[in-house]
Amino acid sequence: MARKEGLIGRKVGMTQVFGDDGNHVPVTVIEAGPCTIVGIRTNDTHGYDALQLGFGAKKKNVSKPAAGLFKKVNVAPMRVIREIRLEKTEKLQGYQVGQSLTVAMFQPGELVDVVSVSKGKGFQGGVKRYGWYGGDATHGSMFHRAPGSIGASSDPSRVWPGHHLPGRMGGERRTVLNLSVVRVMAEQNLVLVRGAVPGASGSLVMIRKSVKLKKAQQKAAEKK
Amino acid sequence: MDAIRLVEAGQIKKDREGFGPGDTVRVLVKVVEGEKERTQLFEGIVIRRRGEGARASFTVRRISYGVGVERTFPLHSPRIERVEVVRRSRVRRSKLYYLRGLAGKAARLKEKRAVVIPTTTEDT
Repeated sequence: MARKEGLIGRKVGMTQVFGDDGNHVPVTVIEAGPCTIVGIRTNDTHGYDALQLGFGAKKKNVSKPAAGLFKKVNVAPMRVIREIRLEKTEKLQGYQVGQSLTVAMFQPGELVDVVSVSKGKGFQGGVKRYGWYGGDATHGSMFHRAPGSIGASSDPSRVWPGHHLPGRMGGERRTVLNLSVVRVMAEQNLVLVRGAVPGASGSLVMIRKSVKLKKAQQKAAEKK
Repeated sequence: MDAIRLVEAGQIKKDREGFGPGDTVRVLVKVVEGEKERTQLFEGIVIRRRGEGARASFTVRRISYGVGVERTFPLHSPRIERVEVVRRSRVRRSKLYYLRGLAGKAARLKEKRAVVIPTTTEDT
């Protein structure tokens, strides 16, 4: 499970920047934070350790239950609340409710993970959805993009659960691991990460420090 | 300004304007050879400009030893030292792909003479 501190943000879009060697570096611009800590979950009281983060001010249409919750912790109402699990209770000690987290927590060259909901593709066939090869388009082929056989006959007389078939594709929570941070623009709350990130521009993303970082990688990342 | 433009703003080099399709340009490209860095020249006709912001690029076509060579440069690349305009020509489209099918005399472009605005002589 994800056990590193992070931020909630919005995917702004992609562009490219020039690297030190003059080559293009494809980057995704993420507007992340500032995130206010709305609550802290501890193992003793809640059974798990997590930071509850709020993102984006909400001025209108704050429901009464939500308003009460924010009033209790003395934080301005937020549009989005997400919890980010942390490893140990000790890790929570540096944090206080009401504290604001910003992109300053990320350094250029550092590896991060980005979690987001991928773009919905609607009902798609197996070729697009699962990467089936499909049949020949020509040369007398009568089998193009159909699923083909989906199992044996009277034994077992059913389709095995989880069998790949056409259906809804996309719109799923996806995590991209170990994207390197190209630049941090603290004043504008922007982080530039190398490569693509799931979801459409404007969609909600979570960016956090890499959880599957090996020690060697970590050292290499720090060196950069 | 939206965030993407803001990111790109820092990349844009302001001296890369003032030329377009039909212009003959001299592009000074920095090339790294081993340890050393030197400047290479690529002269030809701009046949295309595309993109906007820091992602803009342009394509230069030249005939080198009888072979057509096209090179596309990122407009704001730090590897480009500068772009000099040698000659301007009058063209009627923004993408001069038709030059690819032409050779020799047919591939010439008519030069655009700079419009000299007569300085208004003050009445004495």
